[in-house]
Amino acid sequence: MQGKAWYKYLLSLPPMAYLLIFFAAPTFIMLFASFRYAGEYGGLAPWYLHEGGRLTLDLTLENWQRLLETDIYLRLFLRSIGYAVATTLLCMVMGYPLALMIARSGRKHRDLLLLLVILPFWSNFLVRIYAWMIIFSPAGALTRMINGALELLGMGSVTLMYSPTAMLVCLVYVHLPFMVLPLYANLEKHDLDLLDAAQDLGAGKWRRFWLITWPLSLPGITAGSILVFIPVLGMFAIPDLLGGTNGIMIGNVIKQQFMESRDWPFGSVLSMVLTVTAVAVVLLGSRLGARREGR
Amino acid sequence: MEITALLEIVDVSRHFDDFVALDKVSLRIEAGEFFTLLGPSGCGKTTLLRLLAGFDQPDGGDILLDDKSIISAPPEQRPLHTIFQNYALFPHMTVAENIGFPLRMAGCAKKDIQARVSEALENVRLPDKARHYPDALSGGQKQRIAIARALVNRPRLLLLDEPLSALDAKLREQMQIELINLQKDIGITFIYVTHDQGEALALSHRIAVMDQGRIVQVDVPERLYGFPNSRFVADFIGKCNLLEGNVREQQGNSVTVELDGLGPVHVCRSETKCVAGSRCALTLRPEKIRIAANVSPTEDESHFSGSVHDMLYLGDVTVYIVALSNGLLLEALLANSASGRTNFFEVGDSVEVAWSCDAGHLVLE
Repeated sequence: MQGKAWYKYLLSLPPMAYLLIFFAAPTFIMLFASFRYAGEYGGLAPWYLHEGGRLTLDLTLENWQRLLETDIYLRLFLRSIGYAVATTLLCMVMGYPLALMIARSGRKHRDLLLLLVILPFWSNFLVRIYAWMIIFSPAGALTRMINGALELLGMGSVTLMYSPTAMLVCLVYVHLPFMVLPLYANLEKHDLDLLDAAQDLGAGKWRRFWLITWPLSLPGITAGSILVFIPVLGMFAIPDLLGGTNGIMIGNVIKQQFMESRDWPFGSVLSMVLTVTAVAVVLLGSRLGARREGR
Repeated sequence: MEITALLEIVDVSRHFDDFVALDKVSLRIEAGEFFTLLGPSGCGKTTLLRLLAGFDQPDGGDILLDDKSIISAPPEQRPLHTIFQNYALFPHMTVAENIGFPLRMAGCAKKDIQARVSEALENVRLPDKARHYPDALSGGQKQRIAIARALVNRPRLLLLDEPLSALDAKLREQMQIELINLQKDIGITFIYVTHDQGEALALSHRIAVMDQGRIVQVDVPERLYGFPNSRFVADFIGKCNLLEGNVREQQGNSVTVELDGLGPVHVCRSETKCVAGSRCALTLRPEKIRIAANVSPTEDESHFSGSVHDMLYLGDVTVYIVALSNGLLLEALLANSASGRTNFFEVGDSVEVAWSCDAGHLVLE
């Protein structure tokens, strides 16, 4: 027995070490950095000072104070959370029927349909975003078509590019597979006899869905939602390219702090808040999932 | 006045592409019956059950419940319930919620549901399991909850699809007795599907034996066992020796049969109408054959000599496989009832076998 347990730890050693080095350690370095001063030419200032042959700590709370001085950052966070929630809900509404359809289709078609869901991953993320920029551009067919129709109805024209709509469309487009795949994995395992039994006991189509399929798929919904929510929360590429001035999300500001403003300590503060928010969402999600499962 | 059956199946057919799953099946099932559909896998019994439940539509024919066609009604509107092979309890609902499900679907008041669920739990003797989830139950308990759920709103008919196949032998026998008593108590008609002929004989009032999408014989268990109407039924129900031959002559219900390689034997009280010269088979149950070193046959008995070819000691009985002089193998049973004695013969011993003229039953080609 003891030998067995020992082996188990040995097996989990490489991933544990990996996570320790590349996740836990950087997180703590980041946390530490959020209490340091920025270096004169970017980077970080030393965290200790030589004073008369003695070493003293040179740490500060002012980075954290700066976060709370204005409500700019709070609003940025709220907007990011808003985008993340909206993207997650849209992915759920669009992904659920798709996942259900794939899970219930014949074995032959299932593999093909799954392949189609994964297909976008075969081309580069940025290339796909640029493709959307072409679609949304004012000279693009889509914009012209919409504006033509609006003109006929006697209404003003719209710009799709650099609008929240464009951002949302793109966010959903990129993250939809992350909702569909875990949902499919869940739905595909459902025992179809349960639906027959429910029907046999008097449940019509809608009740079979809401009383059997939906509650049993909650773990899949939770997993998919987490996989969509977290990356959208920290997204910077899509708002950078498509968001315009009003489309800035917290990820953009963090990138700005590190790359342009060269204020690593404040960038670390924002990163820490983002990380904590993400972890909180995961914990909340798995708690909800576990409770709804009835255990 | 003609008594109308509770359920009438009229010329029901079902094809899957080229495969004929059901070929013009007709059956009448009376109220309060424990009726069993018995047959090997692929004989169409489960297809028929799915048609009755409404999960599948027949290609032809009609199904009448209380004289009204139910073909066009979807499963949720048919006043009958199914017990599934794997019980199909809802894993995310407690036992009480599972049992209350059909009542909830029927729109019963919450108070009513509660009362009837606890009554149902009492009936299956699991009153303290209401708040448990199905995962926490044993196979036998799941079975009882599935039955409680299916019976809680008093269906006209209960369909059971091999419900005991997932249980071990000992529990299965116990559940068989429970099922018989339950059906007797509540008086609801059971239609039971199984491939296990022993289970069918033990449980049923009447049995329909099915093969290749057709009904071969419908009868009470004793008649099915004693008077099979075909080689298939004789062979499928219980152990049976089939002795091939020709009908030599018939006088009333007394028949003389020329058995291939054995010569003439006399069959009395035959219920089979046969014509002289036609091919037939004499079906002989192993327990009806007498086996002894010297059988000293009576006048009514046919007897042959042979030797013990093989034997199977089963505890309560020993099966002797006797090779007759023409090489034919005959199975005979001997109860190990004499104290201290188990094996009366050894392999290779010369023995004689005999059976009385009414022991065998004739089936025609």
